[in-house]
Amino acid sequence: MFDITKIRADFPILKREVNGKPLVYLDNAATSQTPQQVIDVIVDYYHRLNANIHRGVHTLSQEATDAYEQARIKIQKHFNIAKPQEVILTSGTTHSINLVANGFSSLLKEGDELLVSAMEHHSNIVPWQMLCERTGSVLKVIPMNANGELVMEDFHSLLSEKTRLVFCNHVSNALGTINPIEAIISASHEVGAAVLVDGAQASPHIKADLQALDVDFYTISAHKVCGPTGVGMLYGKEAWLKKLPPYQGGGEMIAEVTFDKTTYADLPHKFEAGTPNICGGIAFGAALDYMNSIGFETISSYEAELLAYATEELLKIEGLKIYGTAANKTSVISFNIDGIHPYDIGTILDKLGIAVRTGHHCAQPIMDFYKIPGTVRASFSFYNTKEEVDVLVAGVERAKNMLL
Amino acid sequence: MTIEAIQEEIIDEFSMFDDWMQRYEYMIELGKSLPLIEEQYKTDDNIIKGCQSKVWVHAELDNDKLVFTADSDAIITKGIIAILIRAFSNQKPQAIIDANTDFIDEIGLKEHLSPTRANGLVSMVKQLKLYAIAYQTQLN
Repeated sequence: MFDITKIRADFPILKREVNGKPLVYLDNAATSQTPQQVIDVIVDYYHRLNANIHRGVHTLSQEATDAYEQARIKIQKHFNIAKPQEVILTSGTTHSINLVANGFSSLLKEGDELLVSAMEHHSNIVPWQMLCERTGSVLKVIPMNANGELVMEDFHSLLSEKTRLVFCNHVSNALGTINPIEAIISASHEVGAAVLVDGAQASPHIKADLQALDVDFYTISAHKVCGPTGVGMLYGKEAWLKKLPPYQGGGEMIAEVTFDKTTYADLPHKFEAGTPNICGGIAFGAALDYMNSIGFETISSYEAELLAYATEELLKIEGLKIYGTAANKTSVISFNIDGIHPYDIGTILDKLGIAVRTGHHCAQPIMDFYKIPGTVRASFSFYNTKEEVDVLVAGVERAKNMLL
Repeated sequence: MTIEAIQEEIIDEFSMFDDWMQRYEYMIELGKSLPLIEEQYKTDDNIIKGCQSKVWVHAELDNDKLVFTADSDAIITKGIIAILIRAFSNQKPQAIIDANTDFIDEIGLKEHLSPTRANGLVSMVKQLKLYAIAYQTQLN
């Protein structure tokens, strides 16, 4: 049974006020809030477990190592990943993508082609542009239509024997579009191309089965799923991770070091140089436990209800236009009002205690596509309510009256 | 009027309001009175960095005084730049360089604006002063 009052009580931050008004937090696509259950794990770590991992013989180090490795197993199970060594713990999606992009420097040659979707976050564009500069490979763009959906016919015609890598987000951060990654993965594999899916925005809404998807790389950030910032996952198929050279050198990632030659540790440690975010990793596992205790089916059906209600109510405002109207989308609404800059709306909403994101959402190519400076983005989580949607709609009305 | 006197005048005007909404509404009104930059000067070179919305500022000398014109694509930002220009335009470059900008705090702008926009405001002040320094050098 989904008890919203009980769920909201798990999040201490939701009780605070902003500018004298109760906080209405609708910037969940930027970062999710942290439930007490996860905060408790973080506090407990520093109260009871804090030690460096994977090397100490003392009890604290052993216990911290166990907790960290258990978190890896939780992540593995959550995404139905075949082996724990295919879970690389990183500082987040950006780190994960850079790790892969760096690794491919030695595997690509001039004239190889890389395909990127038109609706990527800058973190899934720039590392590949840098890779292309290093290797002489060419980056080609899978276009999108006015609804914010990828044009699949164009994707199929861009695919060729030259295509080595394809990058796409599972869900667009700016528009909420759920991309047809199953079709993208299978078609890419037919021409022998590997696929990296950025799952950062999908992870709070969709529990991806990575073996079923047969995806080569999948990345997420813990802070989108009620976990802390500064920790995330790179999933890679073992065969790929073995092929890629280490990203950073240092402690933890080595088997043996001499001044003549160093041999590298096995997976996953080969990619985990240095002391990791131990507490963050453990809390990441706890955050997935929390999300799973509510259940992703429950979460997504509740969020779908919120999305439908918010879309309907916002569209009643004259002059309001929603960007990203894909048939298949998560609870994200990007919008503008005719004649008003999104930043002005965001400023007034903040005065009313409503947190939304304004700007280009690190996805400038999407804004260029629509020829707009940015949008106001309200993104809903399972702890938001219809009453909060009403506060948002009233706030937007008020901003409109002030600004027009 | 000196910059100081104009700033006092602005502080007086803002002190009449007791809530943020009235302040913002007034700021939006002031934005509408902004001496607009000519289209030819709305170039990338004249955009102030550090603001989420676009702000263009142009400066030119009228005898020994510096005259500013500006525009922004966001109306609240336009209000802020209008307030700054009201204080700094038609003044001698040296007076602009020497001007204190505490009035921004006193009218509750810095405190009431989001951190990124407050940074934009700081960038605006910096840009106006940089123009003044450049023209002062020219006058010397």
